[in-house]
Amino acid sequence: MTEKKFPVKGFREGLLISLGEGDWPDLIGNLMAQIDERAEFFRGAKLAIDVNEHQIRAAEMGDLRNQLSDRGITLFAILGKSSTTQAVAESLGLATTKSVLRENRDGFSHALFEGEKAILIQKTLRSGTSVKYTGSVVVDGDVNPGAKVEANGSIYVWGKLRGSVHAGVEGSMDAVVCALDFNPITLRIANLEKEEPKLKIKMRRSLCKAKVVDGSIRLVEWLSEK
Amino acid sequence: MTAKIVTVTSGKGGVGKTTTTANIAVALANMGQRVVCIDSDIGLRNLDVVLGLENRIVYDLVDVVEKRCRIRQAMIRDKRFEELFLIPAAQTRDKSAVSPTDMITLVGEIKDETDWVLIDSPAGIERGFRNAIAPAGDVIVVTNPDISAVRDADRIIGIIEAEQKGPAKLILNRVNAQLIQRGDMINADDVLELLAVKLIGIVPEDEHVIISTNVGKPVVLDHKSKAGMAFTNIARRMMGDEVPFMDLEYKGDLIHRLSRVFKSGGN
Repeated sequence: MTEKKFPVKGFREGLLISLGEGDWPDLIGNLMAQIDERAEFFRGAKLAIDVNEHQIRAAEMGDLRNQLSDRGITLFAILGKSSTTQAVAESLGLATTKSVLRENRDGFSHALFEGEKAILIQKTLRSGTSVKYTGSVVVDGDVNPGAKVEANGSIYVWGKLRGSVHAGVEGSMDAVVCALDFNPITLRIANLEKEEPKLKIKMRRSLCKAKVVDGSIRLVEWLSEK
Repeated sequence: MTAKIVTVTSGKGGVGKTTTTANIAVALANMGQRVVCIDSDIGLRNLDVVLGLENRIVYDLVDVVEKRCRIRQAMIRDKRFEELFLIPAAQTRDKSAVSPTDMITLVGEIKDETDWVLIDSPAGIERGFRNAIAPAGDVIVVTNPDISAVRDADRIIGIIEAEQKGPAKLILNRVNAQLIQRGDMINADDVLELLAVKLIGIVPEDEHVIISTNVGKPVVLDHKSKAGMAFTNIARRMMGDEVPFMDLEYKGDLIHRLSRVFKSGGN
């Protein structure tokens, strides 16, 4: 028996999954199976579900939300054609119109070098969050202890770097890590690691750049060398 | 007037969520507010003990959710305050017995008959925590000034924001002025710089807390306790009063102490 996969689309607010026709319990069972297959991808995600013509009762919608919550997923909208479904969704505090979803604009902001791509993250990364990218990463905010940034390119933190970073993940020795306030928990460039001494709480390291020199990671002043 | 629904959580265990919930509840009741506390730490219940109500438990949260009793039957009235109630957790079940939707439904049934619903969350970030924040209008995060507690607090604040229950508010509990002065404990500024949320209370380390827990008499009722005073101040801030933070004297020299006495008018 072939299991139909539901299409998943990404928006800035979260993911949209469209269920088709069929028996509601079967649809939900298949949806949970699809989510479980890629559990890590979905964990922490916000989800909108398009139920089309289905009329969903409050108990069913509540049960759906619970099952998603067990997987670490927040249900934030139910889109559907039926007005009873909309009313039930509204009574559970869920959004119901497609206007809550805006298309992702192209995520690339500046090229740091000609031809290189980078993403700009404009918020502080709290403990437990992680960013992985194939180009370079610029964080306009802090990287808190317990947060992780991994990039094939370089990592620039316009804020306090106190989390874990790994630049040049695929082996690029040219990658660098820079921060306005440099105090990472773990620091890696390519396959090299620099063990960081634990700074006493109040010490600050400002405007630092970590780069590979003669086969090991060195810290130099950032923005003062050409 | 519909109640304010506040969940008290932390991420890390043992930082003082239950103590905080109990004391804020009693402080609010002492100001004439109607309060219902809910202990959502199913399997490891503690709020009943801290409030001194453990030998009055007949029905609990799971009994209500599984419809073995009406919600009123599970509400235990406090010994000292007529308008303070506790819905205790079940001790013989676990967190899977209740769902986020159950919590929302239950709170929905009582919110028009009280001024505050305070929910004591379990530690962690899994089901129990999600149950506790589901009905919340506001979330208070309790932490201690130590690195591992603050790490967990940062994580939980991020989750609260992601669940659209943010921004969280912070209580810094078990602050040891002497250790801060010696540079061995991080101070409030360092914590706030990392967590970047609004601080609504600083509670000093106070041995009266342990004593009061053992006799089931929340420390806000002990006029000699600085922690009790701090919890009362938090309750006043929650009511909208602008209360200055207590002087914990960790800038220890005499000149500082004198100038603070004159400035604050003997707080």
